Amino acid sequence: MEIPLAKKMEMLRFLLLARRFEESLTELCKIEGKIPGMMILCTGQEAVGAGVCAALQPTDAIITNHRSHSHLLAKGADPNALMAEIFCKRTGCNKGKSGTLHLAVPEVNAPCTTTVVGGGPPIAVGRAFAQQYRKEQSVTVCFVGDGATNEGSFHEAVNLASVWHLPVIFVCENNMYAGAQRHEEHTKAENIADRAAGYAIPGVVVDGNDTLAVYRSAMEARARALAGEGPTLIEYKTYRWRGHGEADPQIYQPKEEIAAWQARCPIPKLRGDMLADGSISTEALKALEAQIDALVQEAIRFAEESPYPEPHEALEDVFA
Amino acid sequence: MQQLGMGQAVNQALREEMTRDPDVFVAGEGVGVGIHDNPMFPTAGLIDAFGPERIRDTPVSEAAIAGLAVGASEAGLKPVVEIMFNPFFTLASDMIVNHAAKLRYLSGGKSSFPLVVRMKSGAGIGAGCQHSHNLEAWAAHCPGLKVVMPGTPADAKGLLKSAIRDPNPVIFIEDMLLYFAPGPVPDEEYLIPIGPADIKRPGKDVTVVTWSKMLGVAFKAAEQLAQEGVEMEIVDLRTLVPLDKETILNSVRKTGRLVVLHEATRTGGFAGEVAAVVMEGAFDSLKAPLRRVTGPDIPVPASPPLERFYIPDEQQLIAAIKEIM
Repeated sequence: MEIPLAKKMEMLRFLLLARRFEESLTELCKIEGKIPGMMILCTGQEAVGAGVCAALQPTDAIITNHRSHSHLLAKGADPNALMAEIFCKRTGCNKGKSGTLHLAVPEVNAPCTTTVVGGGPPIAVGRAFAQQYRKEQSVTVCFVGDGATNEGSFHEAVNLASVWHLPVIFVCENNMYAGAQRHEEHTKAENIADRAAGYAIPGVVVDGNDTLAVYRSAMEARARALAGEGPTLIEYKTYRWRGHGEADPQIYQPKEEIAAWQARCPIPKLRGDMLADGSISTEALKALEAQIDALVQEAIRFAEESPYPEPHEALEDVFA
Repeated sequence: MQQLGMGQAVNQALREEMTRDPDVFVAGEGVGVGIHDNPMFPTAGLIDAFGPERIRDTPVSEAAIAGLAVGASEAGLKPVVEIMFNPFFTLASDMIVNHAAKLRYLSGGKSSFPLVVRMKSGAGIGAGCQHSHNLEAWAAHCPGLKVVMPGTPADAKGLLKSAIRDPNPVIFIEDMLLYFAPGPVPDEEYLIPIGPADIKRPGKDVTVVTWSKMLGVAFKAAEQLAQEGVEMEIVDLRTLVPLDKETILNSVRKTGRLVVLHEATRTGGFAGEVAAVVMEGAFDSLKAPLRRVTGPDIPVPASPPLERFYIPDEQQLIAAIKEIM
């Protein structure tokens, strides 16, 4: 599959944006009183969001999870509104109601970040059902971690999607850890994708740090879904550079293991490929990096200068 | 006027709303097949009228059924899904409690979730506690959910039609014994708004606040007490959320006495909420302490004498009223 230059540029842009966005959060969340609540990051896993979302159209939907930042940015969410929401400000995409753990951006068809592990798949099934019911040429992607595949809701949802041939792609971002548990401690199957066999759908294992491979596999699953052939379970093998959250001391992750995966960072891989095949020049790359940096700095400025909601606004938005 | 059981009234409401709005669909376990092929049951015959695209039989997967409703409603469809029995709410509860109820709030008001979850409830079918367990107070405790629990076929039809048109998640609880208790249902189309309580019987001496199947118990007690010169006012809540506090308070201000009657177990039951509303809003009007008549704090037993012991009856209600007269 020949990948258009514009697509490669889009993927590189969102890889860099997600990385820079979260590097800022790593620092900002250490400052007392700056960002309320937990901070859960996808650093090192950005190729999945960038590659999958590059394969989608605006009418396609995504349902995401704890490590949502790269998914949402790549789906087209406004970085200012995201950052302001992470700061819990009134100008945030959810007026300060959700914070970093429940970012909802329905205007780009990313209506739900759920941080109930396994909460996403049944909702993705419903979103995909609506697409099928209305005979739309669109799909729903459900991002889950490896841990979520041990929740009953995951299995109920994959089974129903399979039985009804729903246009949904279950994307498992296997970062090797569910909380503090390594893969082999929580799942006997070597590959999460092996579980697809039980639902008679394709299960595919892909290098989750190879952005172009992620893109290709998502394009194939999308085409299959649109052809009425039903769901695909794609397992992207990747790695969680950070702890479960930023407060996690990561005592259970060997330092050599982290270093080995950092050496396989998705950014130099795509950047290197694009420089090598002439997709981008060194100068253009520098300009892009500067542009991303400015974008993130502007998002932080916007969030910091925005007001908090007024206390009484807590009472709004419960019912329609 | 036609005489229908509550299941038949629900069936009519579904037919009318599905005919009116192509975005309405029905999903659940056995909703399209013979397991419900009985005229008293709510989804009987719908598949013949609307086909398998809109009447969706599901696997036995309550979380997926409820999630189906959440995702489809966010996209603008109007799902009416069935969780076969109220105790199975536990299997669907993450989707209902953490998602249906909260996602609009978490979106800052951008998304809405116009879904209905129908659940069958009630003791008296001899099936025991994993099929009979009234959990309306659980649902009422989750901000973001509306909770409807009709006591007559006519109310069920009008309220379900409103629930389907409501832009919010609505938990709609049907007592199964009411399927077998036909009552008058208007022949012409009508809606009953979600929210207002209904004074089913005016009276000056004591207010009984109740809902669902216990409405019938209240009527039986009222007839007996009337022969003794005590006039009971029956306030049928019909919807627990939103709660019609004004109708409750106005009735208690008039009668000065309150008994709350429900079939659900006592501790943490919704009678406690009604009692608190009255203590906060009409304490000065009370001539006597209020009373609760409820199921005891036990699982619903299967054996007929044990189950009859569980279900509150008119004699218990009359005894409670006499204590405060």
